Amino acid sequence: MQNEFIFVGILTICAILLPVGGMGMSWMLRPHKPNKLKQTTYECGLETVGETWAQFKVSYYIYALIFVVFDVEAVFLFPWAVAYNKLPLYALAEVLIFVLILLFALVYAWRKGALEWI
Amino acid sequence: MEPIITWLANLLANVSWWPWPAPPSAAIIIWVVYGLFIAFGIAPLAMIVLTWLERKIIARIQDRIGPNMAGPFGWLQAVADAIKMLTKEDTTPAGADRIPFNLGPGLIAVSAVLVFAVIPLAPGIIGSDLNIGIFYVVAVGSFGVLGTLMAGWSSNNKYALLGAFRAVAQLVSYEIPMAISLITVAVVAGSMSTLTIIHNQAVANGGWYIVAMPITFLVFFLAGMAETNRSPFDLLEADSEIVAGFHVEYSGMKYAMVMIGEYVHMLALAGLSATIFLGGWRGPFVEQLYNAVPILGGLLGLVYFLAKVLLFIFVMMWFRGTLPRFRIDQLLDFGWKFLTPLSLFNLLTSAFVVKLFQPAGTAGVALPAGPLAGFGGLGLTSALLISNLLVAFIASLAVRSLARRSRGNVLKAVAGVEG
Repeated sequence: MQNEFIFVGILTICAILLPVGGMGMSWMLRPHKPNKLKQTTYECGLETVGETWAQFKVSYYIYALIFVVFDVEAVFLFPWAVAYNKLPLYALAEVLIFVLILLFALVYAWRKGALEWI
Repeated sequence: MEPIITWLANLLANVSWWPWPAPPSAAIIIWVVYGLFIAFGIAPLAMIVLTWLERKIIARIQDRIGPNMAGPFGWLQAVADAIKMLTKEDTTPAGADRIPFNLGPGLIAVSAVLVFAVIPLAPGIIGSDLNIGIFYVVAVGSFGVLGTLMAGWSSNNKYALLGAFRAVAQLVSYEIPMAISLITVAVVAGSMSTLTIIHNQAVANGGWYIVAMPITFLVFFLAGMAETNRSPFDLLEADSEIVAGFHVEYSGMKYAMVMIGEYVHMLALAGLSATIFLGGWRGPFVEQLYNAVPILGGLLGLVYFLAKVLLFIFVMMWFRGTLPRFRIDQLLDFGWKFLTPLSLFNLLTSAFVVKLFQPAGTAGVALPAGPLAGFGGLGLTSALLISNLLVAFIASLAVRSLARRSRGNVLKAVAGVEG
């Protein structure tokens, strides 16, 4: 039996060919007549005012931080889930403690107001 | 099929100009054909058929007719749109960051197409039965976010930038409930391989997982809807507020790539839901027929699978036709304060129930059987259903008390203003 991941590699190449092929085909078919007005930023027909790459709300950053915590948790839980059938009862107890600590973190963030959209 | 592939393999084996030491084996040829079929068959077809279907269904919900001029039932309209996108001029706004601007849509499409590697279409038809199947889905499904962020950031447009910010907040928030509900499935199935999950949903093993784990399914499906940017979670493209969000500056084929990404992602979500929770190609007579005449059994399985997929797709379009869009604070609250704790508690209770029904140690692992192991698969299903409903009941109580408290706070604030 061959390594199953070979197909993932093959599919990745095929999937990359999809946008490349599509854009190549449209590059052969489409007109190309750029002008200054066409290339202006589209904002409801008005001219753009000020810088585009502005500062962003700090709330987004806090959500991203909480996400990192829980995403790492999920990564730890996946191997546990697969091995669960072969583990005695303490596996459940350990994960219980692990998840409760993280739930405590979620509650803490919640009480602190980190999950409020201001 | 078989003789054609051996013929192709023999043909390639005799090619003298073949650059690599060994000619490709038959398995590789099948894989290449299947990969090309997914990328150039399913993906464009998904976009053409689903856009037409969506326009028709939304039109019917809104008491209109929808496209009806080009071709019977207007289905040529979608083909015409595809041709139009192919031949439209492709404008790049001045000041755009060209490399991410061009890479973004492609990345979105690639990430959606890759999910199909582990979705079995019919008995015996699957790209590769990875032993980390659903983990792979989470992994490849989430790097589409990167494409969205690249597209929004590089467009040099304020609306696109807003859309990209929203995209990151939303997609990142809903990834956690989705991953945790998939972990719950892995705990119950004892494996992450999609074929094993389908095998475990035979009636003898306890039946479809949607019956056993309705809450897990709901969390997965809602989080998946948010991941695919479907209405009511379509904040990142919200046409009525930020024009079209991250893809406002795209035109022509790049716009088509964004759309292919969206519709293929939608199809992948429906296919995954059907595989994980509705038993994939499972249905009456499939296995018997597959054992007798593989081709007929495969076709029947494909029909069942497609019916389930279309059911989910219809539900998604129905959502879009019925529900108004969330506000961003509601959206994040729903993800973080409701779905995440709910899925975590559900994971813990499901794991506990699975332990109760665990059969005695298998494959060299010395483990005592769970106290209720004698009840078998159907017992596990009913126990899981009961535990799910209990979790749902407790969650509804908690939501009610929280809602009451927040309403009380609002009333107090209003009274303070008036007094």
